[in-house]
Amino acid sequence: MFVRGLKRKCFDGEEDIEGTLAGIKAIPSYNLQRQSLLDMSLVKLQLCHMLVEPNLCRSVLIANTVRQIQEEMTQDGTWQMINAQSTGQASLDRLVSTDILCRSSRDQAEGKHAPAYGTFSKDFESDQAQDSSETMSTASSVQAPRNLQSNVWEMENPQDNKGNFQKSLDQIFETLENKSPNSVEDLFTEVDSSYYDLDTMLTGMMSNTKMGHCDSLETFSSPTNTASNSNCKSDLNDLDHIVEILVES
Amino acid sequence: ADIISTVEFNYTGDLLATGDKGGRVVIFQREQETKSRPLSRGEYNVYSTFQSHEPEFDYLKSLEIEEKINKIRWLPQQNAAHFLLSTNDKTIKLWKISERDKRAEGYNLKDEDGRLREPFRVTELRVPTLKPMDLMVEASPRRTFANAHTYHINSISVNSDYATYLSADDLRINLWHLEVTNRSFNIVDIKPANMEELTEVITAAEFHPHHCNVFVYSSSKGTIRLCDMRSSALCDQHSKFFEEPEDPSSRSFFSEIISSISDVKFSHSGRYMMTRDYLSVKVWDLNMENRPVETYQVHEYLRSKLCSLYENDCIFDKFECCWNGSDSTIMTGSYNNFFRTFERNSRRDSTLEASRESSKPRAILKPRKVCTTGKRKKDEITVDSLDFNKKILHTAWHPMENIIAVAATNNLYLFQEKVN
Repeated sequence: MFVRGLKRKCFDGEEDIEGTLAGIKAIPSYNLQRQSLLDMSLVKLQLCHMLVEPNLCRSVLIANTVRQIQEEMTQDGTWQMINAQSTGQASLDRLVSTDILCRSSRDQAEGKHAPAYGTFSKDFESDQAQDSSETMSTASSVQAPRNLQSNVWEMENPQDNKGNFQKSLDQIFETLENKSPNSVEDLFTEVDSSYYDLDTMLTGMMSNTKMGHCDSLETFSSPTNTASNSNCKSDLNDLDHIVEILVES
Repeated sequence: ADIISTVEFNYTGDLLATGDKGGRVVIFQREQETKSRPLSRGEYNVYSTFQSHEPEFDYLKSLEIEEKINKIRWLPQQNAAHFLLSTNDKTIKLWKISERDKRAEGYNLKDEDGRLREPFRVTELRVPTLKPMDLMVEASPRRTFANAHTYHINSISVNSDYATYLSADDLRINLWHLEVTNRSFNIVDIKPANMEELTEVITAAEFHPHHCNVFVYSSSKGTIRLCDMRSSALCDQHSKFFEEPEDPSSRSFFSEIISSISDVKFSHSGRYMMTRDYLSVKVWDLNMENRPVETYQVHEYLRSKLCSLYENDCIFDKFECCWNGSDSTIMTGSYNNFFRTFERNSRRDSTLEASRESSKPRAILKPRKVCTTGKRKKDEITVDSLDFNKKILHTAWHPMENIIAVAATNNLYLFQEKVN
């Protein structure tokens, strides 16, 4: 029935919380309970179901609960308190990343191809990544927020070649977006060895899908809508084509 | 047998369709009353089984598209064949179910096994004749409505004009014509420009049973919007907005989650609509937007257990609800294979169980009770001993008679009012 043997005892005395909600919140157990609820919610959001798309309704409800708790904690002043103590690097990062979530995003210009597949990802970091890869459909390239996003990545997933990967990815997407018959030569002139890295990255990434890093997956599952489906597919085909040519030469 | 994910009677109640997690549709037909088997009236037997949806893989996103049937809706019968719409997360299909009880024999150019006859053997003109054969029920897909939903489809609803229908996903509602598969019209779009600002999703949608221009959709924040398609092409502006003011004394961190509406159904009369949230069922008068006219507690004893239910994800279970034919009684499911019925006039409610142990064929169901106080009476069940894996999410009521279909995980139960 209920999961037993949990270290963190889940409180079922809801009346206690409700009673004290309007009253004094000085009871220490309330903060503890609220914190454990926040932790539980963040864990739920970060559980990425690799094979099937996560349930958007559930994600939104959990995210709203998290926001609610954070708002209350901010009002309480306990938010500052938690930031002051470093209660584990992991939880601090999570709190910071949700702060980033609440900031207004830079990706205003979605353009005509409104990426309909902007699925509300449970992983806040991958949210950033997803929005940046939306540039595949649109011509906008916003540099400053991407630095922010790569900083977030480095915080959670310190992979050395992430930055380079992102850079070469951007280059490719931008050039493909401006593609015209005459610019095929342009594509080749901009070729450098980072494309090789991209190829190995691509194959490596696909085989890594099951290993649980949602954010790396999300960059490649770039959002698209039904109309631009074929555009994206042809862009990817062109990418393969380019890589083929590079390898042969 | 797979987990049943949707149950629906057709307009006459003679057919009952179920969809399951494996993408299969099983249709049951009611047995006709015969002199030789007078007790068989009311029994439903398997009429047709077919695979409606297959699992798919979205290569661009590297994600599976589940074949689970989310909803089945019948079309009203217009000829000898039956039509239904079935949908998974992404694609809606129109199926034709037709009977064949005759076959043609004596073709001029073909043998009985279908092979072409040798030309020199054809010495005279032979016209085929129709001979009776064993009844065969065929299901064939007539239309596939695909590629119109980015998010997961949660509802489909056939319009009273019998020519159009709507399909709703988490953020959008589309209007289709049954004859046209390559185009659909978007009539509601609540996707924010910035997905990070998303705080509310569409949970269910339905057309009004009589007014073909009116539909409602419910949200995860416990609100219902009624829209009139005559007012504009894009119905982002609602005509009516139904929301019950929150009770500040019962506010908790889970208030929003439990207020999320999992199902909305118009009454047959079209005057009322019913919404199901986690703990209650509410009946709304379409003429009054500020609060429901009736509220029924389904399992209020769970309110003190919300944290545990949040932890094991049960708080996100989407229960459905249904009206009986005369709109006098409503039914919805609960946990431990319990389902509840509420009589609106007498305010009588009952809790029944759908399980093998407690229902022998032809036996009357015993009412069940959940013990909410400390002292447990005989035959009562305590809240802690409820089985939260046995949930009844899908129920259906025969459009005219008191016959109900209850889906308990992978079993389908049919109950009938005892007639003496």
